[in-house]
Amino acid sequence: MFSQIRKLVIIFILGFVCLQVQSQTIASENRQCLKCHTSQTFTIYNEWTELNEKRLMNPFYILDTVQLKTGVHHTFKCIDCHSYEYETYPHNGELKLEPLMTCIDCHGGDDTYASFQFDRIEEEFQKSIHYEISEDRFTCSKCHNQHYYKATARSSNSIKEIVEYSNNMCLSCHNSMIEYQLMSENTNPQLVQVHEWLPNQELHFEHVRCIECHTVVEDSLMVSHNIHGKTLATKNCIECHSTNSLLQSSLYKYQNISSRSGEGAIKNILSNQHYVIGTYQTQSLQYMFLIILIGTIAGMVVHTIFRIIKK
Amino acid sequence: MASMEKLYLYPLWLRIWHGVNALGIVVLIVSGISMQYPSTKFTMLDFGTAVNMHNIAGVIVSFSFLLFFLGNMFTKNRKFYRIKPKGLRKRLVKQAKYYIHGMFNDSEAPFPISEKRKFNPLQKYSYVAVMYFFVPVIIITGIALLFPELIIEEIYAVSGVMITAVLHGTVGFLIFIFLLIHLYVASLGKPPLKNFKSIINGWH
Repeated sequence: MFSQIRKLVIIFILGFVCLQVQSQTIASENRQCLKCHTSQTFTIYNEWTELNEKRLMNPFYILDTVQLKTGVHHTFKCIDCHSYEYETYPHNGELKLEPLMTCIDCHGGDDTYASFQFDRIEEEFQKSIHYEISEDRFTCSKCHNQHYYKATARSSNSIKEIVEYSNNMCLSCHNSMIEYQLMSENTNPQLVQVHEWLPNQELHFEHVRCIECHTVVEDSLMVSHNIHGKTLATKNCIECHSTNSLLQSSLYKYQNISSRSGEGAIKNILSNQHYVIGTYQTQSLQYMFLIILIGTIAGMVVHTIFRIIKK
Repeated sequence: MASMEKLYLYPLWLRIWHGVNALGIVVLIVSGISMQYPSTKFTMLDFGTAVNMHNIAGVIVSFSFLLFFLGNMFTKNRKFYRIKPKGLRKRLVKQAKYYIHGMFNDSEAPFPISEKRKFNPLQKYSYVAVMYFFVPVIIITGIALLFPELIIEEIYAVSGVMITAVLHGTVGFLIFIFLLIHLYVASLGKPPLKNFKSIINGWH
């Protein structure tokens, strides 16, 4: 009897472990690629010297398997997006010039991903400063690293995590001379100096996404992709710091939607993990304040009337 | 004889302290309301200006409070704030009754001002509550909001900043109510402007 139970428990645990492993594994076909592309070095046969030579791997071609495993595309084979000719080693140098697949190549017009509105995103992006300056040279992957991308704004419960993830996308170029100059002849802006006017700058950078002020908020899109040039960025504090806050319709959009559709608005209010001056009013407290204020003023008026009468 | 009736109750240092405090608190209330209830349609103060004004006035009033606190610790001025629990309720009711009907029947004030007694019981205990409870709470929460990294991020899944801010706003509101009553009660002098003149020239 006991041995049977033990067997069942072991089978259950193994099954559970397998499920976990399966949900986070990288396609086995990729192992051959990752052997070199997770390593600092690679070995190549040099026909000139007729020797096997160890070379340094280009750091931009080294992948982080931990991030790869948690990315949305972790089940993909490398050659789903890269040319199948990469299966031959050493790789043909000309392959580097072959245009890569873009997001829209797979996601465009696909009903499976209708809720992600890829086509709308594409439309919005084409109005943005990125497209205006760089046109098609500015691909989705400039911000959304296909190897590691996670839909944090949709999946995370932590505003701080959403903010950090989103801002790191911007900072990967705007705070990196190398990446910035891939797209521009200029040097990248000094972000701290440029935003000196912003009170509590560090706090804003930690708790608010760059896109909150640098995009046109589209109510029908989860994340606005129409990124403006710096001259059109929001500089008016009230747009966020008011009850009808811009933040409610952008950063807090997902949380608002899920709280409305899901269980318990009360739970959402009780577990309010963020506070923005001017946006948060506790209704019951406001009524209490009003009653106390009216009571005080009424008391003073009545007292004054008696003072006048009894003069 | 007339000069004998007048008391030099408020020395210059006290009047300056009171003035700085008064001005600072008014600025804090106006800028605080502007930040708590900002609107795109109507603004008393530009948001950024309100933040700066609130921060500067907050620091000034905090130092002013520190002076008051230390002064009351080390000088004789503390006798005016000493709590005497015996017969406290009776004294408070007596003073309240005077405000409610005694003063309309030309009764004598139950606790007239003297050199030994600057405040009547209601005045004294409301000052004690404001200066030793409300003001310290608002200063501590204010410092925390000025340096939010000091605040515990979450308390039972509620934002620590939010709890601090709600407490700061609530106490701020109560101090605002105190200010309204303080100004009204000050106008009870005969003539009504008498007490306002006293706090400017020092003579009661």
